[in-house]
Amino acid sequence: MTIRADQVPVTYLRPSKGWIPLNLADLWAYRELVYFLTWRDIKVRYKQAALGIGWAILQPVLHMVIFTVIFAKLAGLKPDAGIPEALYPVFSFAALLPMQLFQGALQRASISLVQNSNLLTKVYFPRLIIPFSAAAAGLVDFFFAFLVLGGLMLYFQVAFTWKLLWLIPLVLLALLAALAVGLWLAALNVQYRDVQQMVPFLIQAWMYASPVAYSLDVIPASGPWRVIYALNPMAGVIQGFRWALFGLNPPDRILWISIGVVVVLLVSGLYYFRHMERTFADMV
Amino acid sequence: MSDLAIRVENLGKQYRIGTLNNQRYQTLRDSLSTLFQRNGSTPGGRIWALKDVSFEVAQGTVLGIVGRNGAGKSTLLKILSRVTDPTEGIGEIRGRVGSLLEVGTGFHPELTGRENIFLNGAILGMQRAEIQRKFDEIVDFSEVGQFIDTPVKRYSSGMYLRLAFAVAAHLEPEILVVDEVLAVGDAEFQRKCLGKMSDVAQQGRTVLFVSHNMSAILRLTTETLVIEKGRLKLRAPTPEAVDYYLSQGFSQEGQRTWDADEVPPEAAPFRPLAVRILGPGCRACDSVRSTEPFQVEVEYCLSAPITGLRVGIYLMSTRGEYIFTSFDTDDPARFERYPVRPAGRYVSRCTIPADLLNEGRYTLGINASSYRVRRYFQDEQALNFTVDATGAPGMQWPEPRLGPTRPRLDWKIEVIDS
Repeated sequence: MTIRADQVPVTYLRPSKGWIPLNLADLWAYRELVYFLTWRDIKVRYKQAALGIGWAILQPVLHMVIFTVIFAKLAGLKPDAGIPEALYPVFSFAALLPMQLFQGALQRASISLVQNSNLLTKVYFPRLIIPFSAAAAGLVDFFFAFLVLGGLMLYFQVAFTWKLLWLIPLVLLALLAALAVGLWLAALNVQYRDVQQMVPFLIQAWMYASPVAYSLDVIPASGPWRVIYALNPMAGVIQGFRWALFGLNPPDRILWISIGVVVVLLVSGLYYFRHMERTFADMV
Repeated sequence: MSDLAIRVENLGKQYRIGTLNNQRYQTLRDSLSTLFQRNGSTPGGRIWALKDVSFEVAQGTVLGIVGRNGAGKSTLLKILSRVTDPTEGIGEIRGRVGSLLEVGTGFHPELTGRENIFLNGAILGMQRAEIQRKFDEIVDFSEVGQFIDTPVKRYSSGMYLRLAFAVAAHLEPEILVVDEVLAVGDAEFQRKCLGKMSDVAQQGRTVLFVSHNMSAILRLTTETLVIEKGRLKLRAPTPEAVDYYLSQGFSQEGQRTWDADEVPPEAAPFRPLAVRILGPGCRACDSVRSTEPFQVEVEYCLSAPITGLRVGIYLMSTRGEYIFTSFDTDDPARFERYPVRPAGRYVSRCTIPADLLNEGRYTLGINASSYRVRRYFQDEQALNFTVDATGAPGMQWPEPRLGPTRPRLDWKIEVIDS
């Protein structure tokens, strides 16, 4: 086999300066690597764990139990107006699902570059692949936890409607939100390991800043509070989840604000990441 | 133009001191504090790991690259394989570049051999269909057949290496970059790897081969680049380049010295000054006799006291096999006598006994470290010297003796039955 000069791709090496184009086509060419890295993360996560993938179910269920006991029974928090108090477990679980997806994806994406530093310094491939696949690895957990939600809905007799299909774009939004923030943090973490220390706190604080244990009703409807609150994209995602399940309180305005915030964070995150990318191999 | 695989012009790469070798992480606090210094000027400054490197490689060439540790070979390969950007200069690469920079990059210990083949193939840029097609061939080549569904963390290092090389060798890129993969593995496997690499070259692919193993360089390449202190020193037919490399800086009468700018700043407070081979009469010499003892001395200075310092030597064959490692405080009593070595100028000297080494050429390396604390300085190829076996045991038979040592053993012959 010989190579003809006109068949081969030509690469130009030169110092990169200023802002770099995103080059998403390059990312597409390496889509199989995204698949394999995601698959590796999933596969490795539950190796040598007796319960294996069972943890993906156990974690949100335990959270739900704790929330129900502490926030509903002891603290007396109520679900959205119109949802019976007895449904608090479903109410909180519907929020825990996207929240845990978001938290897991954000946490893994943030440390992904540093964790894969041996790849960064040895082999070329589009760097964006690393946080992408780290974020996507949470989808499998989400899927199993979602089956639990189906069980809860049957048990508490929550009706299944076509509105449930809205969950698909909402899951995507939660994932993109995690990726958007994750891109910023991953790139920063290469240079400042402080990020790694900050992330566990950040994702915990983020949960309290989202309507997971409590209802959006507790935020004053008058004044700018709801708009400010909606700057947290998870507020829109969670409100959307509850609307798809219970059919009450459509999240229209909140959701638009959430989408807007995610787009801004994602696009800026992508460019920031590409800008920092050329120094990863030297800094990590 | 069209039959060139690689063309680079005035390639240079500058590193900020401190980012090299991950010596330490930059923290937010460091950045904030430099922000308030004059214009964020960085302490320590910058160094050029590579400077003004220009060359062309025709398609189908197997090009050797040699140079000491830290000469800039790895930086050059990283730029060519797009892992890092050059600071200056331009380059043009025709074809996919497959790197074999470090064997097993991207292998995950928890995954099985089979899983790692697919993962590693994808990391190296292969399509899944392509890996599937070559799967059996890869397994055959690696000789790990029956363990293919065992997690690689249970593999021996040899199996691990074979599997990793097998994946990379089946990558079939137009340009294959091989960095020092042959330093490990048994002789049989090395032969197989070299064979695979010449196949690759015969298919019209281009190979860049970096090694400290001069015999592999000689066997495999026709042309070689010599890199010294970040600059392209020589490009010549391989035998000439190897001669130049082996003679360069080495055989200054059995002595190697370090100028201040040759020592990385991370080495401080340790600074090597010289390493010498001392023959009869304590003169530095390039060639010693195996039948006479000789001395090795390392001269260095400390700009500050070092706790637990040990200064030692490595002895290697020129093919890169270790023969021994020894430190000046190996003797526990001596180590207790020097818990802290104060600042000052020192010589650590040892005697290599007679009748130890076989004839041939050897490489001496030095290391200065505090166990489990820090490695201050290491140069595995500080000095080359020759051992002459005149008068050694067994010289009545003019055959080469296998093995790096040639001890004079006390044989007895007993008659049991007559």
